[in-house]
Amino acid sequence: MTAFLDVRDLKVHFPTDDGLVKSVDGLSFQLEKGRTLGIVGESGSGKSVTSLAVMGLHTAGQYGRRKARISGEIWLDGTELLAAGPDHVRGLRGREMAMIFQDPLSALHPYYTIGKQIVEAYRIHHDVGAKSARRRAVEMLDRVGIPQPDKRVDSYPHEFSGGMRQRAMIAMSLVNNPELLIADEPTTALDVTVQAQILDLIRDLQREFGSAVVIITHDLGVVAELADDILVMYGGRCVERGPADRVFHEPRHPYTWGLLGSMPRLDRDQQERLVPVKGSPPSLINRPSGCAFHPRCPYADVPKDDVTRTVRPELTEVGGRHWAACHMSAEQQKRIWAEEIAPKL
Amino acid sequence: MLAYLIRRLFAAAVMLVVIVVVVFCIFFLVPRWAGVDIASSFVGKQADPAAVAAVREKLGLGDPIHVQVWEFFRGVFAGRTYAAGGEVTHCAAPCFGYSFRSEQAVWPVLTDRLPVTLGLALGAAVLWVVVGVAAGVLSALKRGSLWDRGAMVVALAGVSLPIYFTGLLSLAVFAFGLDWLDAQYVPLEQSFTGWLGGMILPWVTLAFLYAAMYARITRATMLEVLGEDYIRTARAKGLREHTVVGKHAMRSTMTPLLTMLGMDLGALIGGAILTESTFNLPGLGRAVLDATRNQDLPVVLGVTLITSLAVLLANLAVDVLYAVIDPRVRLA
Repeated sequence: MTAFLDVRDLKVHFPTDDGLVKSVDGLSFQLEKGRTLGIVGESGSGKSVTSLAVMGLHTAGQYGRRKARISGEIWLDGTELLAAGPDHVRGLRGREMAMIFQDPLSALHPYYTIGKQIVEAYRIHHDVGAKSARRRAVEMLDRVGIPQPDKRVDSYPHEFSGGMRQRAMIAMSLVNNPELLIADEPTTALDVTVQAQILDLIRDLQREFGSAVVIITHDLGVVAELADDILVMYGGRCVERGPADRVFHEPRHPYTWGLLGSMPRLDRDQQERLVPVKGSPPSLINRPSGCAFHPRCPYADVPKDDVTRTVRPELTEVGGRHWAACHMSAEQQKRIWAEEIAPKL
Repeated sequence: MLAYLIRRLFAAAVMLVVIVVVVFCIFFLVPRWAGVDIASSFVGKQADPAAVAAVREKLGLGDPIHVQVWEFFRGVFAGRTYAAGGEVTHCAAPCFGYSFRSEQAVWPVLTDRLPVTLGLALGAAVLWVVVGVAAGVLSALKRGSLWDRGAMVVALAGVSLPIYFTGLLSLAVFAFGLDWLDAQYVPLEQSFTGWLGGMILPWVTLAFLYAAMYARITRATMLEVLGEDYIRTARAKGLREHTVVGKHAMRSTMTPLLTMLGMDLGALIGGAILTESTFNLPGLGRAVLDATRNQDLPVVLGVTLITSLAVLLANLAVDVLYAVIDPRVRLA
């Protein structure tokens, strides 16, 4: 029995002149319909690469000689996508699974009207005439809250504001009622005032359509609003995952602590500075030995025998559906969190 | 849109006047400063002074330069009457004057030769757009493959080799060596197949140069466009790959190509001088080459005017088409 979306030991490697870039290196997660998973991590942690792998967009239209090497299993509603033919996956794209991108201005074709682009997305999967497809496009624009949808359907992307464009993008991705929606940094390119509206919209639409949603972001504030579960990625692997309230209130991994510490909060004393995670993201070609986070981890010496530098920590369950990949014992994790980290947040 | 067109056409007309004045000044003032008398060169080397004076009076060469320019423009629109002694010649509008050398009216020369050049330029353009764009797209889709490398080497050769080399080579091989084609221009009215046979080598030679440029530009633009976010969106919608490339990517790739095509066609209609000389085609290019050698001002002026008009109209057409293709361009 597989979950609705079941990713098992996913690896996405890119051959380059400098060596094999292991963007995603053994990632597993499950997601059921009606639930929202937030994938969090810094730039280069493999979030977007994961989502493109699920969509099959690493292999579609790769014309160079160097193709991404993808292994593992991606099950969507009982079908394994990596073994399925590219044409089968193409048929699922846009219909069963859809995607919202970060920058709606560059993600929409500048030469076609919003309406034409939505109609195209609808008609590729539905055998309907131009008129009823257009009605559907207007209906979707109305649904995502674009005023005067029957007029704006003929506008071009550059005639929309940033928030409107993202709404149009959402309308386009939902036009076929997909059961899986992947939103890759859906609010990063938007004004703060518009961000909340877009997140509300995604939540409302998810309740309405009952689809499974993956939200990819580097902003914990975004997932705090939306996600049921959170998966924290570091260097192409999952370092912690679990129900959102547990990851927020009892995080176990020092990297998650770092992310929480670097998140600005309005209820925090203005005098206190944000605490950045020191150092830079790990090389994906020569990954640090042992725990990939150890060069940046302030607690790397807590476990005995240099184990953090030699042995890669496996994900272990630390409580109900809550997993973390850290060499520290549960007691050490709990103590450091309660005594050193939580009071400063 | 209409207001824009009118404004652009008006600007084009002003531009044409400026071009004529400049060419006029160069051809009339420079000999005067250099101490060469145009009237005596018109008559011939051993001319008697009376004949020279008559010519000067007839052509108005003694008038101030602005009067001469004015007379030229009046001739273009209203016709012109040349009177010297008892002899009166009327030149109907559009009058571009008479060739200094052949003493033929210039306008019929232009209308005779324009179709030759037009046929050469348009035929070659069809060829180079089809071949160049197809090769460029294929190269982009098969980047790094043997095909891509081969095509780009050929394209480099096409861009680098001068027309008088490729043209003469093709003549030597196909016309004289293998004797497949006749290296003779036959007017279209006389024989279609003869015209076709005579034009194939010039077309291919000219198209080789331009196809090479277009292939390189198409490849580069296509590669850039294929990396755009909206191409990824198109794939994420589940579109078939040929729709993604043929519709979404091609539409964006067309824009720079269109700009190039407009300018290239405009310039070529003014005469593909090298191609026409190499293949001995009686087009505008040859006319202007001969006229320049012989200091035959009226012919040079006529061809210059046609060239400028072609370039200006082509650019106007490109600007209008641009707005049709790219909705972000607003004509105002």
